[in-house]
Amino acid sequence: MTTPNIQLWEVFIRSRNGLAHKHVGSLHAADATLAMQAARDIYTRRGEGLSVWIVPSNAIVASDPADKDMMFEPAMSKIYRHPTFYDVPDEVGHM
Amino acid sequence: MATPSITVAETPLVLYALRRADDALILGHRLSEWCGHAPMMEEDMALANIGLDLIGQARELYSYAAKAEGKANDEDSFAYLRDVRQYRNLLLVEQPNGDFARTIVRQFFYSAFVDAYWRAMMSSTDAMLAAIAAKSEKESAYHLRHSAEWVIRLGDGTNESHRRAQMAVDDLWAFTGELFYADDADAALLADGTAIDPESIRAGWTSMVTDVLATATLAQPKSDWMQKGGRVGSHSEHLGHLLSELQSLQRSFPGATW
Repeated sequence: MTTPNIQLWEVFIRSRNGLAHKHVGSLHAADATLAMQAARDIYTRRGEGLSVWIVPSNAIVASDPADKDMMFEPAMSKIYRHPTFYDVPDEVGHM
Repeated sequence: MATPSITVAETPLVLYALRRADDALILGHRLSEWCGHAPMMEEDMALANIGLDLIGQARELYSYAAKAEGKANDEDSFAYLRDVRQYRNLLLVEQPNGDFARTIVRQFFYSAFVDAYWRAMMSSTDAMLAAIAAKSEKESAYHLRHSAEWVIRLGDGTNESHRRAQMAVDDLWAFTGELFYADDADAALLADGTAIDPESIRAGWTSMVTDVLATATLAQPKSDWMQKGGRVGSHSEHLGHLLSELQSLQRSFPGATW
Protein backbone atom coordinates (compact mmCIF):
# COMPACT_ATOMS: atom_id res chain seq x y z
CA MET A 1 0.00 0.00 0.00
CA THR A 2 1.35 3.43 -0.88
CA THR A 3 1.59 6.15 1.73
CA PRO A 4 2.26 9.23 -0.38
CA ASN A 5 1.50 11.86 2.27
CA ILE A 6 3.48 10.40 5.11
CA GLN A 7 6.77 11.95 6.13
CA LEU A 8 9.98 9.91 6.14
CA TRP A 9 12.18 9.97 9.28
CA GLU A 10 15.70 8.79 9.99
CA VAL A 11 16.27 6.89 13.21
CA PHE A 12 19.38 7.02 15.39
CA ILE A 13 19.88 4.79 18.39
CA ARG A 14 22.38 4.94 21.22
CA SER A 15 22.92 1.40 22.41
CA ARG A 16 24.95 2.13 25.55
CA ASN A 17 26.03 5.01 27.72
CA GLY A 18 29.13 6.63 26.33
CA LEU A 19 28.51 5.63 22.74
CA ALA A 20 27.23 7.93 20.04
CA HIS A 21 23.81 7.66 18.45
CA LYS A 22 24.10 5.58 15.34
CA HIS A 23 21.91 5.59 12.26
CA VAL A 24 19.85 2.40 12.14
CA GLY A 25 17.30 3.06 9.41
CA SER A 26 14.25 5.02 8.44
CA LEU A 27 10.49 4.85 8.79
CA HIS A 28 7.26 6.57 7.80
CA ALA A 29 5.15 8.46 10.34
CA ALA A 30 2.70 11.33 10.20
CA ASP A 31 4.31 13.32 13.02
CA ALA A 32 7.12 13.26 15.57
CA THR A 33 5.10 11.50 18.28
CA LEU A 34 4.12 8.60 16.06
CA ALA A 35 7.61 8.50 14.58
CA MET A 36 9.06 8.02 18.06
CA GLN A 37 6.61 5.20 18.76
CA ALA A 38 7.32 3.54 15.42
CA ALA A 39 11.07 3.82 16.04
CA ARG A 40 10.60 2.13 19.39
CA ASP A 41 8.51 -0.64 17.84
CA ILE A 42 10.69 -1.29 14.82
CA TYR A 43 14.23 -0.67 16.00
CA THR A 44 14.36 -1.38 19.75
CA ARG A 45 12.35 -4.58 20.07
CA ARG A 46 15.42 -6.69 20.77
CA GLY A 47 16.80 -4.40 23.44
CA GLU A 48 19.01 -2.42 21.07
CA GLY A 49 18.80 0.95 22.68
CA LEU A 50 18.78 3.33 25.60
CA SER A 51 18.02 6.47 23.62
CA VAL A 52 16.40 7.26 20.29
CA TRP A 53 16.77 10.28 18.03
CA ILE A 54 14.52 10.84 15.07
CA VAL A 55 15.15 13.40 12.37
CA PRO A 56 12.96 14.33 9.39
CA SER A 57 14.75 12.84 6.40
CA ASN A 58 14.37 16.07 4.46
CA ALA A 59 16.34 17.89 7.16
CA ILE A 60 19.44 15.93 6.23
CA VAL A 61 21.85 17.53 3.77
CA ALA A 62 23.52 14.73 1.86
CA SER A 63 26.57 14.69 -0.37
CA ASP A 64 25.91 14.14 -4.06
CA PRO A 65 27.17 10.75 -5.30
CA ALA A 66 28.26 12.51 -8.52
CA ASP A 67 30.72 14.57 -6.45
CA LYS A 68 32.35 11.44 -5.09
CA ASP A 69 35.69 12.00 -6.81
CA MET A 70 36.00 15.62 -5.80
CA MET A 71 34.85 14.96 -2.24
CA PHE A 72 36.75 11.83 -1.32
CA GLU A 73 39.41 10.98 -3.87
CA PRO A 74 41.98 13.56 -2.69
CA ALA A 75 42.16 11.93 0.76
CA MET A 76 43.06 8.53 -0.64
CA SER A 77 46.66 9.41 -1.48
CA LYS A 78 47.48 11.03 1.86
CA ILE A 79 48.38 8.12 4.00
CA TYR A 80 50.43 10.38 6.31
CA ARG A 81 47.13 11.56 7.76
CA HIS A 82 46.68 8.17 9.39
CA PRO A 83 48.34 8.09 12.81
CA THR A 84 50.14 4.86 11.99
CA PHE A 85 53.66 6.28 11.91
CA TYR A 86 53.97 6.63 15.66
CA ASP A 87 55.26 4.05 18.12
CA VAL A 88 52.77 3.75 20.92
CA PRO A 89 54.37 2.77 24.25
CA ASP A 90 52.98 -0.47 25.65
CA GLU A 91 51.98 1.34 28.83
CA VAL A 92 49.37 3.33 26.92
CA GLY A 93 47.43 0.19 26.14
CA HIS A 94 44.59 0.11 23.65
CA MET A 95 43.98 3.41 21.90
CA MET B 1 -12.11 -31.77 16.31
CA ALA B 2 -10.32 -34.80 17.54
CA THR B 3 -9.17 -33.89 21.03
CA PRO B 4 -11.78 -33.45 23.75
CA SER B 5 -11.78 -30.38 25.96
CA ILE B 6 -10.27 -30.43 29.42
CA THR B 7 -12.23 -29.90 32.58
CA VAL B 8 -11.10 -27.12 34.88
CA ALA B 9 -11.59 -26.95 38.64
CA GLU B 10 -12.41 -23.25 38.79
CA THR B 11 -11.59 -22.24 42.32
CA PRO B 12 -11.89 -18.48 42.79
CA LEU B 13 -8.15 -17.96 42.28
CA VAL B 14 -8.00 -20.21 39.20
CA LEU B 15 -11.00 -18.44 37.71
CA TYR B 16 -9.53 -15.04 38.50
CA ALA B 17 -6.26 -15.84 36.75
CA LEU B 18 -8.03 -17.48 33.78
CA ARG B 19 -10.28 -14.47 33.23
CA ARG B 20 -7.27 -12.14 32.92
CA ALA B 21 -5.27 -14.68 30.93
CA ASP B 22 -8.12 -15.16 28.47
CA ASP B 23 -8.42 -11.38 27.95
CA ALA B 24 -4.74 -11.20 27.09
CA LEU B 25 -4.68 -14.30 24.86
CA ILE B 26 -7.78 -13.42 22.86
CA LEU B 27 -6.81 -9.79 22.32
CA GLY B 28 -3.25 -10.86 21.51
CA HIS B 29 -4.61 -13.32 18.95
CA ARG B 30 -6.84 -10.66 17.42
CA LEU B 31 -3.82 -8.38 17.00
CA SER B 32 -1.82 -11.21 15.46
CA GLU B 33 -4.48 -11.36 12.73
CA TRP B 34 -3.19 -7.98 11.54
CA CYS B 35 0.26 -9.38 10.83
CA GLY B 36 0.98 -8.55 7.19
CA HIS B 37 -2.31 -6.62 6.80
CA ALA B 38 -1.85 -3.38 8.73
CA PRO B 39 -2.25 -0.06 6.91
CA MET B 40 1.51 0.51 6.96
CA MET B 41 4.58 -1.50 7.81
CA GLU B 42 5.32 0.56 10.94
CA GLU B 43 1.88 -0.20 12.35
CA ASP B 44 2.16 -3.84 11.35
CA MET B 45 5.13 -4.06 13.69
CA ALA B 46 3.44 -2.05 16.43
CA LEU B 47 0.33 -4.24 16.49
CA ALA B 48 2.39 -7.43 16.41
CA ASN B 49 4.53 -6.15 19.28
CA ILE B 50 1.46 -5.38 21.37
CA GLY B 51 0.03 -8.78 20.51
CA LEU B 52 3.22 -10.49 21.64
CA ASP B 53 3.22 -8.54 24.90
CA LEU B 54 -0.32 -9.73 25.57
CA ILE B 55 0.38 -13.36 24.70
CA GLY B 56 3.35 -13.21 27.06
CA GLN B 57 1.08 -11.95 29.83
CA ALA B 58 -1.40 -14.72 29.02
CA ARG B 59 1.31 -17.37 29.39
CA GLU B 60 2.31 -16.16 32.84
CA LEU B 61 -1.29 -16.01 34.01
CA TYR B 62 -2.11 -19.46 32.59
CA SER B 63 0.96 -20.93 34.26
CA TYR B 64 -0.14 -19.42 37.53
CA ALA B 65 -3.69 -20.72 37.05
CA ALA B 66 -2.26 -24.18 36.41
CA LYS B 67 -0.20 -24.01 39.58
CA ALA B 68 -3.17 -22.75 41.60
CA GLU B 69 -5.37 -25.52 40.21
CA GLY B 70 -2.76 -28.21 40.88
CA LYS B 71 -4.15 -30.66 38.32
CA ALA B 72 -2.74 -31.95 35.06
CA ASN B 73 -3.63 -28.78 33.11
CA ASP B 74 -0.91 -26.45 31.91
CA GLU B 75 -0.75 -23.20 29.94
CA ASP B 76 -1.09 -25.01 26.61
CA SER B 77 -4.13 -27.04 27.60
CA PHE B 78 -5.85 -23.93 28.95
CA ALA B 79 -5.28 -22.16 25.65
CA TYR B 80 -5.81 -25.01 23.21
CA LEU B 81 -8.18 -27.41 24.88
CA ARG B 82 -11.02 -25.36 26.30
CA ASP B 83 -14.25 -24.82 24.43
CA VAL B 84 -15.95 -21.46 23.86
CA ARG B 85 -18.12 -21.76 26.94
CA GLN B 86 -15.04 -22.38 29.09
CA TYR B 87 -13.39 -19.14 28.00
CA ARG B 88 -13.72 -16.30 30.51
CA ASN B 89 -12.54 -13.26 28.55
CA LEU B 90 -14.35 -9.95 28.12
CA LEU B 91 -16.68 -9.65 25.14
CA LEU B 92 -14.76 -6.52 24.15
CA VAL B 93 -11.51 -8.33 23.31
CA GLU B 94 -13.12 -11.00 21.11
CA GLN B 95 -14.84 -8.46 18.84
CA PRO B 96 -13.52 -8.69 15.28
CA ASN B 97 -10.74 -6.38 14.16
CA GLY B 98 -12.90 -4.58 11.61
CA ASP B 99 -10.96 -1.67 10.16
CA PHE B 100 -7.89 -0.10 11.74
CA ALA B 101 -10.00 2.43 13.66
CA ARG B 102 -12.04 -0.32 15.29
CA THR B 103 -8.93 -2.23 16.32
CA ILE B 104 -7.43 0.94 17.79
CA VAL B 105 -10.56 1.96 19.68
CA ARG B 106 -10.94 -1.56 21.08
CA GLN B 107 -7.30 -1.46 22.19
CA PHE B 108 -7.74 1.96 23.75
CA PHE B 109 -10.83 0.99 25.77
CA TYR B 110 -9.05 -2.12 27.04
CA SER B 111 -5.65 -0.54 27.68
CA ALA B 112 -7.13 2.45 29.53
CA PHE B 113 -8.63 -0.04 31.95
CA VAL B 114 -5.92 -2.63 32.20
CA ASP B 115 -3.04 -0.21 32.63
CA ALA B 116 -4.68 1.23 35.75
CA TYR B 117 -5.62 -2.32 36.77
CA TRP B 118 -2.05 -3.63 36.63
CA ARG B 119 -0.77 -0.58 38.47
CA ALA B 120 -3.23 -1.25 41.26
CA MET B 121 -2.45 -4.98 41.24
CA MET B 122 1.22 -4.31 41.93
CA SER B 123 0.16 -4.10 45.57
CA SER B 124 -1.78 -7.39 45.50
CA THR B 125 -1.12 -9.57 48.53
CA ASP B 126 -0.57 -12.44 46.09
CA ALA B 127 3.16 -12.23 45.32
CA MET B 128 2.89 -13.88 41.91
CA LEU B 129 0.03 -11.67 40.72
CA ALA B 130 1.89 -8.62 42.02
CA ALA B 131 4.98 -9.66 40.04
CA ILE B 132 2.98 -10.27 36.86
CA ALA B 133 1.35 -6.88 37.38
CA ALA B 134 4.69 -5.10 37.71
CA LYS B 135 5.89 -6.58 34.42
CA SER B 136 2.62 -6.10 32.57
CA GLU B 137 2.14 -2.50 33.65
CA LYS B 138 5.18 -1.32 31.69
CA GLU B 139 3.78 -3.00 28.60
CA SER B 140 0.22 -1.78 29.03
CA ALA B 141 1.42 1.80 29.62
CA TYR B 142 2.86 1.76 26.12
CA HIS B 143 -0.24 0.09 24.64
CA LEU B 144 -2.33 2.85 26.16
CA ARG B 145 -0.09 5.62 24.89
CA HIS B 146 0.06 4.15 21.40
CA SER B 147 -3.67 3.53 21.06
CA ALA B 148 -4.63 6.89 22.60
CA GLU B 149 -2.37 8.78 20.17
CA TRP B 150 -3.99 6.95 17.28
CA VAL B 151 -7.53 7.55 18.55
CA ILE B 152 -6.72 11.27 18.60
CA ARG B 153 -5.27 11.23 15.09
CA LEU B 154 -8.07 9.17 13.59
CA GLY B 155 -10.81 11.17 15.29
CA ASP B 156 -9.22 14.51 14.51
CA GLY B 157 -7.93 13.42 11.10
CA THR B 158 -9.88 13.31 7.85
CA ASN B 159 -13.66 13.11 7.51
CA GLU B 160 -13.32 9.46 6.63
CA SER B 161 -11.08 8.56 9.59
CA HIS B 162 -13.38 10.52 11.92
CA ARG B 163 -16.43 8.69 10.60
CA ARG B 164 -14.82 5.30 11.07
CA ALA B 165 -13.46 6.10 14.53
CA GLN B 166 -16.83 7.40 15.70
CA MET B 167 -18.55 4.29 14.39
CA ALA B 168 -16.07 2.12 16.28
CA VAL B 169 -16.62 4.08 19.50
CA ASP B 170 -20.40 3.80 19.14
CA ASP B 171 -20.33 0.08 18.32
CA LEU B 172 -17.87 -0.95 21.03
CA TRP B 173 -19.22 1.26 23.81
CA ALA B 174 -21.70 -1.36 25.04
CA PHE B 175 -18.80 -3.74 25.77
CA THR B 176 -16.95 -1.37 28.10
CA GLY B 177 -19.19 -1.93 31.14
CA GLU B 178 -17.91 -5.49 31.48
CA LEU B 179 -14.41 -4.17 32.19
CA PHE B 180 -15.65 -3.48 35.73
CA TYR B 181 -17.35 -6.83 36.18
CA ALA B 182 -16.91 -8.68 39.46
CA ASP B 183 -19.01 -11.46 40.95
CA ASP B 184 -19.32 -13.73 43.97
CA ALA B 185 -16.22 -15.68 42.97
CA ASP B 186 -14.18 -12.51 43.47
CA ALA B 187 -15.51 -11.71 46.93
CA ALA B 188 -12.99 -13.74 48.93
CA LEU B 189 -10.10 -12.52 46.77
CA LEU B 190 -11.18 -8.92 47.28
CA ALA B 191 -11.42 -9.48 51.01
CA ASP B 192 -7.88 -10.84 51.44
CA GLY B 193 -6.28 -8.32 49.06
CA THR B 194 -5.45 -10.77 46.27
CA ALA B 195 -7.68 -8.84 43.89
CA ILE B 196 -8.56 -5.19 43.63
CA ASP B 197 -12.06 -3.79 43.28
CA PRO B 198 -12.51 -2.87 39.59
CA GLU B 199 -14.89 -0.11 40.66
CA SER B 200 -11.88 1.71 42.09
CA ILE B 201 -10.64 2.11 38.51
CA ARG B 202 -13.88 3.36 36.98
CA ALA B 203 -13.39 7.08 37.67
CA GLY B 204 -9.87 7.08 36.23
CA TRP B 205 -10.97 5.10 33.18
CA THR B 206 -13.89 7.41 32.53
CA SER B 207 -11.82 10.55 32.80
CA MET B 208 -9.09 9.12 30.54
CA VAL B 209 -11.64 8.09 27.91
CA THR B 210 -13.51 11.40 28.14
CA ASP B 211 -10.28 13.39 27.71
CA VAL B 212 -9.00 11.39 24.75
CA LEU B 213 -12.34 11.30 22.94
CA ALA B 214 -12.72 15.06 23.43
CA THR B 215 -9.23 15.72 22.07
CA ALA B 216 -10.08 13.41 19.18
CA THR B 217 -13.30 15.40 18.54
CA LEU B 218 -15.24 12.16 18.98
CA ALA B 219 -18.60 12.07 20.75
CA GLN B 220 -18.76 9.93 23.86
CA PRO B 221 -21.87 7.71 23.70
CA LYS B 222 -24.56 8.58 26.22
CA SER B 223 -25.95 5.06 26.46
CA ASP B 224 -25.34 3.21 29.71
CA TRP B 225 -26.82 -0.07 28.45
CA MET B 226 -23.99 -2.55 28.74
CA GLN B 227 -23.54 -6.04 27.35
CA LYS B 228 -21.94 -8.71 29.51
CA GLY B 229 -21.53 -12.46 29.70
CA GLY B 230 -17.95 -13.16 28.67
CA ARG B 231 -16.76 -13.59 32.26
CA VAL B 232 -19.15 -16.53 32.71
CA GLY B 233 -18.66 -18.06 29.28
CA SER B 234 -21.58 -16.53 27.34
CA HIS B 235 -19.76 -15.20 24.31
CA SER B 236 -20.60 -13.52 21.06
CA GLU B 237 -20.55 -15.71 17.94
CA HIS B 238 -17.09 -14.38 17.07
CA LEU B 239 -15.14 -16.25 19.73
CA GLY B 240 -15.96 -19.69 18.36
CA HIS B 241 -14.52 -18.78 14.97
CA LEU B 242 -11.42 -17.35 16.59
CA LEU B 243 -10.87 -20.47 18.70
CA SER B 244 -11.38 -22.83 15.79
CA GLU B 245 -8.40 -21.18 14.15
CA LEU B 246 -6.33 -20.81 17.32
CA GLN B 247 -6.91 -24.42 18.38
CA SER B 248 -7.12 -26.31 15.09
CA LEU B 249 -3.57 -27.64 15.14
CA GLN B 250 -3.59 -28.95 18.71
CA ARG B 251 -7.10 -30.35 18.32
CA SER B 252 -6.15 -32.22 15.13
CA PHE B 253 -2.62 -33.24 16.13
CA PRO B 254 -2.61 -33.47 19.93
CA GLY B 255 0.72 -32.56 21.46
CA ALA B 256 2.23 -31.48 18.16
CA THR B 257 5.47 -29.52 18.57
CA TRP B 258 8.02 -28.05 16.21
